[in-house]
Amino acid sequence: MTNATQASAIDRTAAGSGLFAWMRWDYVLTVLVAVVVLAIWEYLPGLAGIPSFILPPASMVWKEFLRALVTERLVGHVIHTGLAVLTGFALGSLLGMVMGYTLGLSRRAEFILSPYILGLQIAPKVAFAPLFVMWLGYTIYPQILVAVLIVFFPVMVNVLVAVQTVDADLINLARSCSATRSEIFWKIQFPASMPPLFSGLRVASTLAVIGVTVGELVGGNTGLGYVLVYGEGQANTPLVFVAIVLLTLVGMVAYFAVIAAERRVLHYMPKPAAQGF
Amino acid sequence: MNGNAQVIGETPATACPQPERRRETRLEFRGVVKRFAGTGRQEPVTAVTNVSLKVGEGEVVSIIGPSGCGKSTLLNLSSGLDKPNEGEVLVDGSLVSGPNEHVAFMLQKDLLLPWRTIQQNVEFGLEIRGLSAKERRERSTDWLGRCHLTNFAHAYPRQLSGGMRQRAALARTLAMDPDVILLDEPFSALDAQTKMILQRDLAMTLVETKRTALFITHDLNEAVSMSDRVLVMSARPGTIIEEIVIDLPDRDKPFARRADPKANRYVARMMELLGLDRLDLLPV
Repeated sequence: MTNATQASAIDRTAAGSGLFAWMRWDYVLTVLVAVVVLAIWEYLPGLAGIPSFILPPASMVWKEFLRALVTERLVGHVIHTGLAVLTGFALGSLLGMVMGYTLGLSRRAEFILSPYILGLQIAPKVAFAPLFVMWLGYTIYPQILVAVLIVFFPVMVNVLVAVQTVDADLINLARSCSATRSEIFWKIQFPASMPPLFSGLRVASTLAVIGVTVGELVGGNTGLGYVLVYGEGQANTPLVFVAIVLLTLVGMVAYFAVIAAERRVLHYMPKPAAQGF
Repeated sequence: MNGNAQVIGETPATACPQPERRRETRLEFRGVVKRFAGTGRQEPVTAVTNVSLKVGEGEVVSIIGPSGCGKSTLLNLSSGLDKPNEGEVLVDGSLVSGPNEHVAFMLQKDLLLPWRTIQQNVEFGLEIRGLSAKERRERSTDWLGRCHLTNFAHAYPRQLSGGMRQRAALARTLAMDPDVILLDEPFSALDAQTKMILQRDLAMTLVETKRTALFITHDLNEAVSMSDRVLVMSARPGTIIEEIVIDLPDRDKPFARRADPKANRYVARMMELLGLDRLDLLPV
């Protein structure tokens, strides 16, 4: 009886801690999923008779990771790829923002340039990678350039739409206070575009990894994309898996960095209902 | 807006006078016509035609009319956001050629910027005008106090109720210290009780600070209880078909005015002018 009353009292008065406990249980389940997936990966190939050069079990990939860490200088490759992702993401986003704001503020610029920008988006940018390697050699630059091209579009579109859909009455309010064009931009349009900009940046952060990987696959002797090709050439399936997992991790770091920045910048927005994404 | 309205209470005659013809004109329309170009093959639309009106110093004038009669067009013309095709709009005797600091408006939408705190929102116009940070802070703190928002100064708009947000919008408008305040259905999105409280607060503030206001509304009771005069507009193309002088005391006390039997007669007259009394003849 007392227990039941206490429990219901806690439910009613301390909804916060109740929610917290529930969330913790969710974390446990999340980890549990990882454990199950790893277990399947470890034991299923053996049970199904799949040879390890087709699908190496998890432990073999882990051992290969530890070996490559030393002999293949894996850390250097990760840093190389990370740097290319960061640069490609930063430059591509900046370009996307500049184009988005320009086209958003000028109907004429939008009208004139939109067919070409659309064309550039529809063209498979991955196909440009060999060309960039021919132009720029076996360096980090073609990798960055492919990332810039892929990242650019989602950022630009989000910014463009955000600027065009700012409430006209908000702009009138600023105009009625005799605000200049640049004041209207910096005090209304720019901050109003922040939430869509960040959804564009989230997408961009994952696309940047794809762009860099493609660049590294095509040419170069550093980076995780190179490790991938190298592993393939050696018929070293575990090394290919190591590269894939590390690329995924680089992408996740990039994604959550954007999320962290978003939470700081958009602190005035209601908290998202979903946790973790 | 706060409790020290007793000065006005002692002298209701001066607080709510008959519109004195000799007092200075703040806002004036002279034969104003506004047309909007039709989009595509559509005919151009005449929103308002031949509108002439005067709003004197410290006077509150309401405009009522059927929806789409161009009430909001008058507001845009007054604030200089739009220019008339014919006629002139004057504020303080000078021609309105663009946005100017004599006029400030408040709409049904609060137009608060979600990334600014309430205090920063109130300071928005002052910031654009180039006031120093210290001056802005002083003025916004003063108006937040008068609008009962001191405790919410550092809150963000999303944390406030609709009524509080509208109070903040009012504080922002008044902090600009405009000669003429344009109000476009400022309370029509609020629930009935909040609306009455805000009407009372606004009415008190307008009297206390002797502000001139053009009040656009579709609420006849609001028009009668808040203003010195009501201008009734026709359907599009809108023009002023009647001027009703509200000869009631206590413009700073809308509740008292609502209770006055004379108020109902004004409302009845307006309903007649707008054809609302014949509404039972229309298929609903």
